[in-house]
Amino acid sequence: MATTIKPGESYGFFTDTSICIGCKACEVACKEWNQLQGNSPKFLADSYDNTGQLDAQNWRHVKFIDNVPEQTVDAGNGTAWLMMSDVCKHCKHASCMEVCPTGAIIRTEFDTVFIQQDVCNGCRNCVAACPYSVIAMNETTGTAHKCTLCYDRLQGGLEPACAKACPTQSIQFGPLADLQKKADVRLAALHSQGSTQAQLYGRDDTVYGGLNAFFLLMDKPETYGLPNAANAGLPSRNDVGGYLAAFVTAVVGVVAGIVAFRRRGES
Amino acid sequence: MHLAAEHFVRSPQWTWYILFYFFFAGLAGGSYVVSTLLRLAGDVRDEPAARLGFYISLVATAICPILLTADLGVSWARFWHMLVDVTPGDTGLNFKSGSPMSVGVWALLLFGFFVGISALDTWARDRGGRSEGLLGAIIGRAFNLVGAIFGLFIASYTGVLLSVSNQPVWSDTWMLGGLFLASGLSGSAALIGLLTRYRPEAAFSLGRLHEADAYFSILELVLLVAFFITVSAAGTAGRTLPLLPLWLLALVGIGSSLVAGRGHMRVRPAGSSAVIARAGTDTLIVSLLVLLGVLALRAAVIFSAQ
Repeated sequence: MATTIKPGESYGFFTDTSICIGCKACEVACKEWNQLQGNSPKFLADSYDNTGQLDAQNWRHVKFIDNVPEQTVDAGNGTAWLMMSDVCKHCKHASCMEVCPTGAIIRTEFDTVFIQQDVCNGCRNCVAACPYSVIAMNETTGTAHKCTLCYDRLQGGLEPACAKACPTQSIQFGPLADLQKKADVRLAALHSQGSTQAQLYGRDDTVYGGLNAFFLLMDKPETYGLPNAANAGLPSRNDVGGYLAAFVTAVVGVVAGIVAFRRRGES
Repeated sequence: MHLAAEHFVRSPQWTWYILFYFFFAGLAGGSYVVSTLLRLAGDVRDEPAARLGFYISLVATAICPILLTADLGVSWARFWHMLVDVTPGDTGLNFKSGSPMSVGVWALLLFGFFVGISALDTWARDRGGRSEGLLGAIIGRAFNLVGAIFGLFIASYTGVLLSVSNQPVWSDTWMLGGLFLASGLSGSAALIGLLTRYRPEAAFSLGRLHEADAYFSILELVLLVAFFITVSAAGTAGRTLPLLPLWLLALVGIGSSLVAGRGHMRVRPAGSSAVIARAGTDTLIVSLLVLLGVLALRAAVIFSAQ
């Protein structure tokens, strides 16, 4: 059933990696709608992945993670190859928004994180801050790019292109509260089937206050290149400490200067 | 302090422009601070050296916005977006206290005002023979004092800017702001000392500058040790190892300061005479090594994460 999209509500993605088949329809749909030319394909020699990473041309990227055990212990349980359609997480507490000096990065009326291309000046502070390696520079425009969660489509009442194209419903779009309920049901089903390693990432507020684009993972977050809750720190965690250390240094430095330059009555 | 053990972040590709911006920001802020200290705490005979520092600060500060603008690449014409939010329907001045880059841009603008007026004041003292400058003795000193506070900020915030990120090494320590400040002060004392070669009446301050440089270098060394302890605790010290030659260059700079300052750090009783000698080849070599160390330190820190 089509979702009615209303400004003022929180929307997002629930990406269920347990049913991702690595078809990359999401990558193609994203590029097609957002008119991303893409980079030249690379032969990475370790999987069917030839885009490699999220960047200015890849706003969706299907990760292929070789998780094949040394010895086969059972039928694989869906975890021998982990596939995950990665995307901007649209964090509630977004590191990129926190450090952006121009005000280019905003939270939209759909509670998503959006980079205004006419405001961004390419300082790359958001690139340094994004813990998921999502944001990248477009060298042609000189601005930072990432998934917009199809802001233009949402304004037109359409769901994002990747979710629309996903053949297995690994990528689901909708109101965040609805997605969270679906995720809880799916997790319970997997646990009841014995897939106890399955876990939700970004469903609650332990990671950056919660993610609007959250995931069901079949292994620990680090395996997918995602920081776990202990490592999910905002850049501002170093703000006060960094300035404090600089302040103490300034005081000691000034005292040292006074000692060196003080009037000593030399003739 | 939160120590992040694992990082999955992309490098921002802050390279040469930013490296040299950090270098000149350190010298701009540091020179202003050293000059103010020479003027306020020093002997009247330190005034020529203080004036040198204000001129250095002017040149270094003038270079900074050029480097920052060049770093924006094809978006260079949008540099002013740092100061003005051009979001349609939400235009206004941009200031985000939680973004060191935003705070730093404003600080650089205000510091530029202090540097410009101080350089003009210094020029008036030099050319017009107005010993108290354009602002008068009391207001002039207060002006220098406020300018020096901005100078301390400009020389240090670049390190805080790196820490306020999610990059390995940078975000694993709080020491970078202090480290860059101590290094900037050291480099500034060395540069002013070097340029006393071209202003003979400033030679009086050379020994004091060497002494100050040595103190700043001791501070830098302490902070460098603290930096390595913190990044080691975070498990990212290994990323600094490939840049060993740069760290060694930074240490050579610190060592040079300590060697040059050795003879000046002894406590002398009041009234004793000080040896006044013009800057010679040894000062030239030491100052260049110190400045090279200042640059190498910043390069080592910047490239450790990228």
